[in-house]
Amino acid sequence: MIYYKKNCKKRLTNDSSATIMNKQIYMLYVHVRGKGILEAEMENIKQKPVGLLILRLFPPETAWKLLIQILSVFSALLVGAVVIKLIGGSPGAAYRALLVGSMGNLKAVMETLVKATPLIFTGLSFAYAAKAGLINIGAEGQLYMGGFLATLVGSSFGWMPLIIHLPITLLAGFIGGGLWGLIIGWLKVKFGANEIITTVMFNYVAIYFISYLVTGPMIEPPGTYPQSRPITDTAILPRFFQGSRLHWGFIVALLCVFLFWFFFRKLKVGYESRVVGSNFEAAKYAGMKPAKVMILIMFIAGGMGGLAGANEILGIQGKLFQGFSPGYGFDGIAVALVGMNSPFGIILGGILFGALRSGGNMMQMIAKVPISTIYIIQSLVIIFVIAGQMITLENRRKLLAIFRRNNGSE
Amino acid sequence: MEVSNTILQIISSFIEADLRVAAPILIAAIGLLYMEKAGVVNIGAEGTMLIGALAGSIGAYLFQNPWMGALVAALAGGLVGVMFAYLVVTVKANQIVAGIAINILALGGTTTVNRIFFGLNASSSDIPSFTKVAIPLLSEIPVIGSLFNQLGLAYLAILMVPFTYYLMKKTTIGLSIRSVGEHPESADTAGINVFRIRYGTIIIGSMIIGVAGAYLSVGLLSFFSENMVSGRGYIALASVIFGKWNAFGVLGATLLFGFGDALQIRMQAIGSAIPYQFLLMLPYLLTVAAWSGFVGKAVAPKASGKPYFKG
Repeated sequence: MIYYKKNCKKRLTNDSSATIMNKQIYMLYVHVRGKGILEAEMENIKQKPVGLLILRLFPPETAWKLLIQILSVFSALLVGAVVIKLIGGSPGAAYRALLVGSMGNLKAVMETLVKATPLIFTGLSFAYAAKAGLINIGAEGQLYMGGFLATLVGSSFGWMPLIIHLPITLLAGFIGGGLWGLIIGWLKVKFGANEIITTVMFNYVAIYFISYLVTGPMIEPPGTYPQSRPITDTAILPRFFQGSRLHWGFIVALLCVFLFWFFFRKLKVGYESRVVGSNFEAAKYAGMKPAKVMILIMFIAGGMGGLAGANEILGIQGKLFQGFSPGYGFDGIAVALVGMNSPFGIILGGILFGALRSGGNMMQMIAKVPISTIYIIQSLVIIFVIAGQMITLENRRKLLAIFRRNNGSE
Repeated sequence: MEVSNTILQIISSFIEADLRVAAPILIAAIGLLYMEKAGVVNIGAEGTMLIGALAGSIGAYLFQNPWMGALVAALAGGLVGVMFAYLVVTVKANQIVAGIAINILALGGTTTVNRIFFGLNASSSDIPSFTKVAIPLLSEIPVIGSLFNQLGLAYLAILMVPFTYYLMKKTTIGLSIRSVGEHPESADTAGINVFRIRYGTIIIGSMIIGVAGAYLSVGLLSFFSENMVSGRGYIALASVIFGKWNAFGVLGATLLFGFGDALQIRMQAIGSAIPYQFLLMLPYLLTVAAWSGFVGKAVAPKASGKPYFKG
């Protein structure tokens, strides 16, 4: 929060139109977030000599959130163990197989990263929107539309060298998903159509659209199978090693995570998005253009979903067909939730759910626990995390009181 | 004469197909309507239906009676409702995310339980299913007679429409539900227990949605298959919005969507030039259009999706 203050001053003093508003926005921002007291408290802590490096790195609020988050995930795994027991399996054996299958050796780790890659993209998709106060349930549809446009570009223009063709194809994927998200933003801003319902509806529209394409206009000649022509070699995401499916898409995902951090921490428009997200009225009052910001955010969020699709097609599948995503779009919501919409958290969340997916086979083979059980565990993680976050909210003030006593400040 | 007879027959079978396809969506939509009116958006209807479908087939198998299947499905749906209500009313978690969690839970849970309970070689002959009930006289009317030759549950679904309409518009309890959905603070001031109303509508609504699932597994088919709901829960949600949160509107919406679905199956069969996928998209596109105000603005209850913080 201290950072906001500095950031706010630095950014907005550069912008002549908003200079006078500068102080008010900040006050208003603090006010609407209801964090005013915590703010002051943090200032106090930091001024003290015992203000400790650890407190600077992990302010109490973050540390507390982190603790709750970890506890939530573990509680979910614990209840998951009970479920495994109930269906007649051995929880110990199942979790051991899950761990070995996802992290046991280098090959397994790489396969986990393969599964984590699309989840990081869809997690970013949800997080971009969430930071701006929007709920994007549409990553699944955006993923399909991104996959569609990437396939369109990736299966033609084979004469281009890889260094040009691949980036263009990825960009096509971004734009495909981005435009699908942009429509959502436009409907919201222009007609007041709540994005939750429109994104849910657009998922199915996209899925049927892809079904139409791969059985009709985009079908691979002679038309035996409902799938597109293969992606040309110049647009395939290269793999790192022989014998593993891990491809350059993972690096692209990490790059996107960095850009996500950069967008919200370093760019003025990112800062504005966060203000729009926390209070629409305050943003308007401060001379920002919430409508523009929302449309942009939905474009980027959709683009991230689109990249997930492009990444799956260019890195793994090699062609477009119906149902090429096993629900990566919806899993992205869980990833962002577990990762608390933070860059590092999204990577960890992606790896967690990637590990569940990649270790599931081993769990089924060795521990004889059906692979579908991982969906149960996954839903439990979501349930416990959202419950835990509400506890955090309730306890924020209580924690603050304890902290105040311990530090002896008023 | 010959030709007109065939056409009449086609129309007749079409009407029958429309209602048959629309009925489970109608039941689920009516269930959703209860909680939507109280300001709760439940994306988990899809998952609740799936759980209802599995519970229905298990109940029908164990008791060798389809009605017991529907009852078990209602109970299972009610349990899901209790969980959802606890999450969104007591814990005040985000309704959309909680709904998504229920969908994922249902997908994993039903697949797992189905494999354990029925194994991989479940035979549909072991599960009794609903049979059609022809209403005397009415079912003999030419052309539209097929409307009166449906599964017992379909009649119940139709009857629930005026009942729900009456309950919401004319009774005190309906007024309480609506006020909780529009303005929970004022409802609370007026002495209405917001939590109780939301818990009640979510649980009862989820029970009804569970029955809608049973309609699929012991009605349309007589076995459970993985992910057999395939989007009907979302169509039900779409119907509630397209029907503008009105029981009769919901009936119209489900019949329209059912019509599109029945048409789509026909078109696939005869190899029509219009791709069937566009008909499948139609419910969703129409709902977005209504939601955005292109075809008569759909206005949600004001407190939709918001948890209520007392005091």
